[in-house]
Amino acid sequence: MYELMAKIRAFEEQANELYITRKMPGLTHLYSGEEAVAVGVCQALRRDDYITSTHRGHGHCLAKGARVDRMFCELLGKAEGYCRGKGGSMHIADPDSGNLGANAIVGGSTGIAAGAALSAKMRGTDQVAVCFFGEGALGQGILYEAMNMASLWKLPVIYVCENNLYNEYTHYRETTAGEILARPRAFGIPAEEVDGQDVRLVLAAARRAVARARRGEGPSFLLCNTYRFYGHHVGDVDRSYYRSKEEEEWWKRERDPLRILRDWMVQAGLAEEAEFERIHRAVQEEILAGVAYALEAPYPDPREVSQHVYA
Amino acid sequence: MREITMAQAIREALAEEMRRDPRVFLLGEDVAEAGHPFKVLTGLVDEFGRERVIDTPISEAGFTGIAVGAAMTGMRPVVDIMFGDFLTLAMDQIVNQAAKIHYMSGGKLKVPLVVRTTLGATRRSAAQHSQSLHAWFSHIPGLKVALPATPYDAKGLLKTAIRDDNPVLFFEDKMMYQVKGPVPEEEYTIPFGVADIKRPGRHVTLVATSSMVYVALDAARILEQEGIEAEVVDPRTTLPLDVETLVASARKTGRVIVIDEGYRGYGVTAEIAAVIAEEAFYDLEAPVRRLGAMDVPVPFSPVLEDQTVPTPEQVAAVARELCGRA
Ligand SMILES: Cc1ncc(C[n+]2csc(CCOP(=O)(O)OP(=O)(O)O)c2C)c(N)n1
Repeated sequence: MYELMAKIRAFEEQANELYITRKMPGLTHLYSGEEAVAVGVCQALRRDDYITSTHRGHGHCLAKGARVDRMFCELLGKAEGYCRGKGGSMHIADPDSGNLGANAIVGGSTGIAAGAALSAKMRGTDQVAVCFFGEGALGQGILYEAMNMASLWKLPVIYVCENNLYNEYTHYRETTAGEILARPRAFGIPAEEVDGQDVRLVLAAARRAVARARRGEGPSFLLCNTYRFYGHHVGDVDRSYYRSKEEEEWWKRERDPLRILRDWMVQAGLAEEAEFERIHRAVQEEILAGVAYALEAPYPDPREVSQHVYA
Repeated sequence: MREITMAQAIREALAEEMRRDPRVFLLGEDVAEAGHPFKVLTGLVDEFGRERVIDTPISEAGFTGIAVGAAMTGMRPVVDIMFGDFLTLAMDQIVNQAAKIHYMSGGKLKVPLVVRTTLGATRRSAAQHSQSLHAWFSHIPGLKVALPATPYDAKGLLKTAIRDDNPVLFFEDKMMYQVKGPVPEEEYTIPFGVADIKRPGRHVTLVATSSMVYVALDAARILEQEGIEAEVVDPRTTLPLDVETLVASARKTGRVIVIDEGYRGYGVTAEIAAVIAEEAFYDLEAPVRRLGAMDVPVPFSPVLEDQTVPTPEQVAAVARELCGRA
């Protein structure tokens, strides 16, 4: 799990680099700081379980098993990207690893996840579907419509709310009335709050939710408290009007999910510091190889523009 | 005359209208301190306070509905839908509520609402952040639809929109916020339904909306060197549409190309081409031609995205064909 979190961190740093050096078209929303949520949840899943993701989706994608090189290809609009360059950073989908796609419409995948769960139930598989979303999606009506049906029909869907405190440039307290957990509970959906920086706690909670879903007992809701280390997107550099430097520094210093797992493992005598350095080196190598590959890779044939409009 | 950007022109229009009329207020996501992701609204909260520049949750259907209700009961809300694509989330409130209420109430209720939003591709933003959906709304009686191409038009049309007693969809091209142009210091408004001839010419008419006005002007410059004088006509509002000016230009030149960034199929270009064919058929030297966005979701990859929007070269090529110079 540490390795996967380190990979996501390194991937994001490289994505930032690509943006700054103007090698990447468009923009991107970095996941750094939130790694424990994606990794903890996806570790509780099988490869054939489903996830739906958000505009901040690289972490979910990697945690579910996507490859670094093909993801970089997608970020650069290359033909070998997961979506043949048509999706870009915000829309990576990889059905082979159960990833039904990242969505750039806030709340846009809450129905899709419930639908995948309904489909699993109808087809009689014991697959589950995880719906990742930011706390900003709590403003969207479709979330409530979908949760109502998911609960009524006992669908194997797990709602994972990643509360990183901000909807873009506004603190969630200014956009979210009442209690978050009261929302799923109103629909009879069991809900719990988890420290989203501690991957072990996320994993434990996700296992409970997955087991419940596989038993046919219906949806559950995990509120994971977390933080994004960077801006809302890579271009969001001046953040002083919505959050302080001190706050950012505190989270990076005290609440880094990698640091938290590492400290615990060292203290428990499960690993030595040197091992982590080795992991970081290996991960960095994979990232650099992946990005080098993607930079060289060809763009799609221009004629592909009108392919895939219809199946 | 001083030159200001499109973003400044929009900000000025809003500020002046808010000063003039205390019933005008703004609401949308990140409109206050953040001043909108493209910084269009920066500073307005400082002058008007959070009571009139209201940050909302990410609830397009909800806050648009709230604006409809406020508009019906004496206020004049200006709603900000960050990207035109997110209009789809507020569709019921705009199409089934705002557009219908005046009619359904036999004229007793009215909805003086402005919905400001964006259109346009070419930002590598992919399919859910690049659409130009103005044709959809131009299809709905009860709405009005404005698409300014210059800072001057943006300011004048936005003021008219705010003073209008009907729901107005106001589309801004997100690539044009930094475009500069002359805007007078003194107060002015621009009526809806009045097209603007952005450049006179006599051989071919290029009807163009929003950012396509610049594509048409570039094409006109290319054609000029070849002895073809293109007239560029900007309808400025697609609902109401200034049929008279468009038809007059078609009659004068006998050749028309309609260029719009919405999808070509069933789009704004189709409507304008049909109107011209109906009214000016016997004056036309050639069939009316249309250029629009390709009928595909907008792809992310630059090599793909760049093909989806009409270019000056394409416009010029069609113009040459129409003028028998191909
Ligand atoms: C329906 C919709 N409205 C607005 C936006 C613009 N937007 C993109 S991300 C975002 C904030 C999302 O906040 P949150 O859900 O908390 O996710 P986070 O970015 O914090 O991960 C907004 C408003 C959008 N993409 N979709």
